Amino acid sequence: MNTDQTPIIEMKNIEKHFGPVIALAGVSLSVLPGECHCLLGDNGAGKSTFIKTMSGVHKPTKGEIYFEGKPMHFDRPRDAIAAGIATVYQDLAMIPLMSVARNFFMGNEPMKRVVGINLFDHNLANEVTMAEMKKMGINLRGPDQAVGTLSGGERQTVAIARAVHFGAKVLILDEPTSALGVRQTSNVLATVDRVRKKGVAVVFITHNVRHALAVGDRYTVLNRGLTLGTSERGKITPEELQDLMAGGQELATLEGSLGGTV
Amino acid sequence: MSDNETAALAADERVKEMSGFRKALIRPELGGIAGAILVFFFFFLTAYDSGMFSPAGVMNWSIVSAQFTIIAVGACLLMIAGEFDLSVGSMIGFAGMSIAILSVSFGWPIWVAIIVTFILCMAVGAFSGWLVIKTGLPSFIVTLAFLFILRGLTIFAAIATTRKTIIGGIRDVSEGDWLAPLFGGKVLTGFFQWMGDNGWIETFTRGAKQGQPVVEGIPMLMVWAVALIIFGHILLTKTRFGNWIFASGGDAQAARYVGVPVNRVKIIMFMFTAFCACVFATAQVMEFGSAGADRGLLKEFEAIISVVIGGALLTGGYGSVIGAALGALIFGVVQQGLFFAGVESSLFRVFLGVILLLAVILNTYIRRMITGEK
Repeated sequence: MNTDQTPIIEMKNIEKHFGPVIALAGVSLSVLPGECHCLLGDNGAGKSTFIKTMSGVHKPTKGEIYFEGKPMHFDRPRDAIAAGIATVYQDLAMIPLMSVARNFFMGNEPMKRVVGINLFDHNLANEVTMAEMKKMGINLRGPDQAVGTLSGGERQTVAIARAVHFGAKVLILDEPTSALGVRQTSNVLATVDRVRKKGVAVVFITHNVRHALAVGDRYTVLNRGLTLGTSERGKITPEELQDLMAGGQELATLEGSLGGTV
Repeated sequence: MSDNETAALAADERVKEMSGFRKALIRPELGGIAGAILVFFFFFLTAYDSGMFSPAGVMNWSIVSAQFTIIAVGACLLMIAGEFDLSVGSMIGFAGMSIAILSVSFGWPIWVAIIVTFILCMAVGAFSGWLVIKTGLPSFIVTLAFLFILRGLTIFAAIATTRKTIIGGIRDVSEGDWLAPLFGGKVLTGFFQWMGDNGWIETFTRGAKQGQPVVEGIPMLMVWAVALIIFGHILLTKTRFGNWIFASGGDAQAARYVGVPVNRVKIIMFMFTAFCACVFATAQVMEFGSAGADRGLLKEFEAIISVVIGGALLTGGYGSVIGAALGALIFGVVQQGLFFAGVESSLFRVFLGVILLLAVILNTYIRRMITGEK
């Protein structure tokens, strides 16, 4: 990968305070087009706050955000979506009672005019949904199949396909694999890989080092609201990542007793 | 883990092999269709010779069903959007009283009174919707408060202006008005007269109305009901806004994340429910020629029951306007049918409770099937 590229999004010294609580105390991160940047950290490290700042949910207390080289201020999530930053949340990606096609076009419904009235173009929506699902390797019984019948991994995949279809340049995935089984996880990771090859930048949040190593190009570790540095693929071992996530505390004793399984 | 995995995979395969019967079962209207067939079958057998299916009899239960339909369409869309409105009944009393006071007591033209009342009611609907959104309280509580507030205000306003709780004289003031017939008039009267003249339908054989058909025409109430069904069904299934209604009720947060204006959708649905209540009230006031402070009692529950019989989920995100209309039809046919069949009318409530319970149980089962829970 060419590291001289301009980052598509660059966050500089982001601070976020919630009243007296300092959630982020100067976090910097840059994401290049077509890379998968893994954001690792233990619970409470500030991962969620950080990506919510990136996706316009929170406004940073201090720090700058550059999008494609230009300074940006997101007041609302809609601003970030309009700029091309899409976020896929673990539990809140899809609505189970609605059909796949209705979910896919939720908020972006295609329209056609019938006798002067704007109607939802169901035919187009169904066709596009079936085609996109096929590309992602999901065989639907029909576009009217409810999302509730899909597995957790398939739902994540549909959400990712949706974001990419509607022109996301940066895709933020909030712990997409944390609730999934082995097979579903590998499906989602394969999807991430496919999306990255299209030139979409992926920010992949996880606390699972193995998932991060499987798809990540670069790794940034957060701990207690601070960046503990960014390293590239192949220049860091799983053990080092694990130690960084735990804040450099010796996991050795723990790992000894667990046989290196964490 | 491996056990869970296999279980999940097995579950997937089972869902994929869904039979046609199960597929039909997850259409929200199915319960309504089956129920309507059953109810008609039952009354054909038990009450056929009672006049229930003569033109006058059909008109009798059709009007009652149309009344239920008008408020059920509003309640249905609101429920799919994930909210309730318990103030529908009080809103009906309030709207009727507002029309009566403004036109009869204040002497305003009736069309002004009607329009002002619609604006007032929809503003109240918008306000309760706004309160639900802003406070984050369940709409159950907020609209329960409005149930009492509006009923109290209605009685107070009636007593304060006229010292009565029933205000009559609407017929006189609506004479010759252009807007009033839109709610109180009848259409196709010529067609029914023609059918009567040809002896195809019953006519009065003596008295002042001799020669006129027993059924004079289709009341505007029924036209409103059909129009609202068509409007609601198209809005829900064929438009972008309909997708937003489903999304807002299915999972408000997920919908917000993809840019659906959930708050706007919900407030508009509260206003639409108020609009439907207002249509009901206006038609009722025109029919009776009077407004009563106790009108519309328990209507909110009858609307909700119709919607639930029609297959909508109380938790939102799923349902159908056609289903709600069928629910209202079942409701009306049974209520009037028991009368025709000569059954003690108190049993109607027993029936209502039983069918509500059955509908909710069936709906819960269907929801589990859709979402793939066991």
